[in-house]
Amino acid sequence: MGTGTQQKVSSTKPTNEIKSAVIRFAGDSGDGMQLAGAQFTSTSAVLGNDIATLPDYPAEIRAPIGTVAGVSGFQINFSSESIFTPGDKVHALIAMNPAAFKAHIDDVEPGGIVIANESEFGKVNLKKAGYPEGFNPLDDEGFNRKFQLFKVPISRLNTEALKDSGLGAKDANRCKNMFALGIVYWLYDRPLDTTVGHIDSYFGKKKNLPKVAAANIASLKSGFFFGETAELFPVRYHVAKAPIKAGKYRKITGNEAVAMGLVTAAKLAGKDVCYCSYPITPASNVLHALAGMRNYGVKTFQAEDEIAAVCSAIGASYAGQLGVTGTSGPGLALKSEAIGLAVMIEMPLVVVNVQRGGPATGLPTKTEQSDLLQAMYGRNGECPVVIIAAQSPGDCFDSAIEASRIAMQHRVPVILLTDGYLGNGSEPWRIPDHNSFEKIVVEHPSDPETFQVYGRDEKLVRPWAIPGTPGLEHRLGGLEKQHLDGNVNYEPENHQLMMEVRKQKIERIADDFDPIEPYGDSEGDLLVLGWGGTYGAIFTAVERARKAGKSVSGLHIRHINPMPKNLGDVLKRFKRVLVPELNLGQLRLIIRGRYLADARGLNKVQGRPFLVEEIDQAIDLMLQGKYGDREYLRPHQGLVRLEDQDYDFTSIDGRPH
Amino acid sequence: MTQLPVLTAKDFASDQDIRWCPGCGDYAILNQVKKILAKIKAKRENTVFVAGIGCSSRFPYYMGTYGLHSIHGRAPAFATGIKIANPDLDVWVVTGDGDGLSIGGNHLMHILRRNVNVNILLFNNRIYGLTKGQYSPTSETGKKSPSTPMGSIDLPLTPLSIALAAEASFVARCVDVDKNLGEVLQRAAAHRGSSFVEIYQDCNVFNHFAFKHATDKDAKEDNIIRLEHGKPLVYGKNRNKGIRLTGDYKLEAVEIGKDCQEDDLIFHDESDEKLAFMLSRMQHPEFPEPMGVYYDVKDDCYEDLLTQQVKDAIEQRGEGSIEKLLNSGDTFTVD
Repeated sequence: MGTGTQQKVSSTKPTNEIKSAVIRFAGDSGDGMQLAGAQFTSTSAVLGNDIATLPDYPAEIRAPIGTVAGVSGFQINFSSESIFTPGDKVHALIAMNPAAFKAHIDDVEPGGIVIANESEFGKVNLKKAGYPEGFNPLDDEGFNRKFQLFKVPISRLNTEALKDSGLGAKDANRCKNMFALGIVYWLYDRPLDTTVGHIDSYFGKKKNLPKVAAANIASLKSGFFFGETAELFPVRYHVAKAPIKAGKYRKITGNEAVAMGLVTAAKLAGKDVCYCSYPITPASNVLHALAGMRNYGVKTFQAEDEIAAVCSAIGASYAGQLGVTGTSGPGLALKSEAIGLAVMIEMPLVVVNVQRGGPATGLPTKTEQSDLLQAMYGRNGECPVVIIAAQSPGDCFDSAIEASRIAMQHRVPVILLTDGYLGNGSEPWRIPDHNSFEKIVVEHPSDPETFQVYGRDEKLVRPWAIPGTPGLEHRLGGLEKQHLDGNVNYEPENHQLMMEVRKQKIERIADDFDPIEPYGDSEGDLLVLGWGGTYGAIFTAVERARKAGKSVSGLHIRHINPMPKNLGDVLKRFKRVLVPELNLGQLRLIIRGRYLADARGLNKVQGRPFLVEEIDQAIDLMLQGKYGDREYLRPHQGLVRLEDQDYDFTSIDGRPH
Repeated sequence: MTQLPVLTAKDFASDQDIRWCPGCGDYAILNQVKKILAKIKAKRENTVFVAGIGCSSRFPYYMGTYGLHSIHGRAPAFATGIKIANPDLDVWVVTGDGDGLSIGGNHLMHILRRNVNVNILLFNNRIYGLTKGQYSPTSETGKKSPSTPMGSIDLPLTPLSIALAAEASFVARCVDVDKNLGEVLQRAAAHRGSSFVEIYQDCNVFNHFAFKHATDKDAKEDNIIRLEHGKPLVYGKNRNKGIRLTGDYKLEAVEIGKDCQEDDLIFHDESDEKLAFMLSRMQHPEFPEPMGVYYDVKDDCYEDLLTQQVKDAIEQRGEGSIEKLLNSGDTFTVD
């Protein structure tokens, strides 16, 4: 496979066969690191590796150039085996400037590869990165001893490679990410054709910039040839195909999958998606994706604010279509009153919450799972909604269909929780057979003789009568409803009755769920219970523990509300329960409250997903009974240690000294 | 063909008891709305009344059409969603000075600029009625109310100026008990796009006679101007007063025959945005207050353009199916 040139020269250096590798591209937020990472991902996916990615970028579009605050990173784990996380430690770091080096060097495994763009390691940039005067990490003995440090003047070599390209110095310099990518392609024995094809179609055809396309391709190839000809790298690495199930695949991010799931659900129900949203990181690209799908009957509406977004989505459902709004934590807070109205008028509504670090504006571009309790309880009154949590980028597709199905069939708001890690992370996704989906049957009443506005079926679902239907004219609103006839009613007993109806209506949805079973053994010493985007890390850690002979099983719940009916029974079969979450213990609180289970936590709120090894350590501490009275432990720099748990809030990093 | 039943005003009433205070201006408006719906042969099943929160926002409960009593200030957003999902429905938004201009000011501005095809009735009583009498964004400065015992210190805003600044394509004003209300509502219903109608509405409990100047039998004709397209701005019980433009582009109230002739007056032009804005700034007692249609121009509606984009996309790229969707993007095959 690959380019002809590559085949000719590829045998001149020894190749090490490795099972998997984790690489990270890091540079200024304008250096094109996300693009380089995405290209490496696509190439690896096409090659048949299993992949998992973690983009990590600053909240500012262009933070001051050269500063640590402005560093943008993209991590990819690619493997010849099945993988479920973007990886703990970095095998190879590509650092485009000193700030990128500084921000990421601690994550590189000892002996790991560091390719540093030497051209940018001048005095000024070193100072901007905050290194003391006269210190250059590339010349530091410690760093050179710990890592395989390769100094490559990427900027200069790239400029030279493009001197006849016809591009100005600035534009030529912008191609340096492709030069860096070329080096990495060589190092990991990857073909160039996927990326060449992408550059051709994007710059060449879509943007009609043939010169820019040619320059990017030239940079890519120059980087690749540099890897081969420069006597710098002693070996190159090869990661074979993973034993992936045969079929047709595409790379998918969680946000893309949500968009596709919503459209699929609407088609299955014979409805149009009305996606009403206000731009917010990291949910905006759900809106972007759907805005490009007008030919699927998708109507997107960029509302004036978060409140208008949810209200117009409810209006769209009221008029008989699938009303959906998408947001992140701060937006969910703004939508809460309207979600309460949708509960009261029992209207289908899907609310996609791509969670990010909070509270307030928090960490807009970083991941967290801290909106679970907001989704459960963040409204006035007793106001139950359905909550579904997706567990991987590809699973966002199925979860979006499930959320839409429940919303339409049960006339309830459904909050679909994903997070920044799932939304922007990607994995290879096996394209399902388009005939494999069950129709979503949704009925609208039309007979005035039998119509009762708040009449109910055995699942306590009321009819979804839509304007335009003669004889069914009726009024809905946020005031309490009289049971069955739906008129305004303030009577004490009626209010109690209606509260119970709304509660039980949600609970009865669980009648349709299959009983859940843990993976691993059905009983044992420890159950690791998780939800949402932590699935990959928890699953990997549990499998590892089991291979080591430990009595550990895992359980990942998709239905947060209502919960699967047998969850309490499953919990009872284990001596201990560990709940790792990227919050301070939100599912844990519910589990303890509802099941009186002595669940303990591993709780991380650092804007990043769990490392597998963090969960490994918590599992061991749980098995050894070392949690003591502690309700939860927290990792620090990848380590979960009992002696590291108490903060000293008077010291600069809060750690006891 | 069978004859369709002819609906009367009564047919547009719901079976619910009306709970507004006796003597409230809302009754008059409700009656007029029902009358004109019958007159324009509206279909009950295709008509939707959407409201926010407040006295005026109880309106949908009293109509025999579809209705949504939503949340405070957000009726325009619900209405927009309804029109996006089904452009064929006739949607009316009922709001008040608090609901529409205070908590919901943002949404009002945006539905107008998008020109969603709805009729917006803003009942302006210059007070918060449902919460028992606090001052509102249209209350005059110095208003004494439970929340402003020493008098309010904020400047009121003018709903019509706001609507015009928000690019509304139809702007009108009338008085709850005035004879021209039905006429204006009918014009609003006929207009394609957002129609904005401010209705001076008497809250006889908390702000009685706030618009006495415009309702008093003897005085009102001297205090209002009835706008007619293409006609000079003449007013007064004796039809002897008018509005003229001065050399420095200011409005001036003049006496016909004494200060000038009728031809020297401003002639009303419903397509003149600048004139409409100037008219909206005329306030009692300095000026008579214009009643009727200030502004009425044709413009594209949001939901029509959106529907057109869907049609265009289908024409250009073919109608999407689940199969097409799943196989979009860069796919690859693993053997």
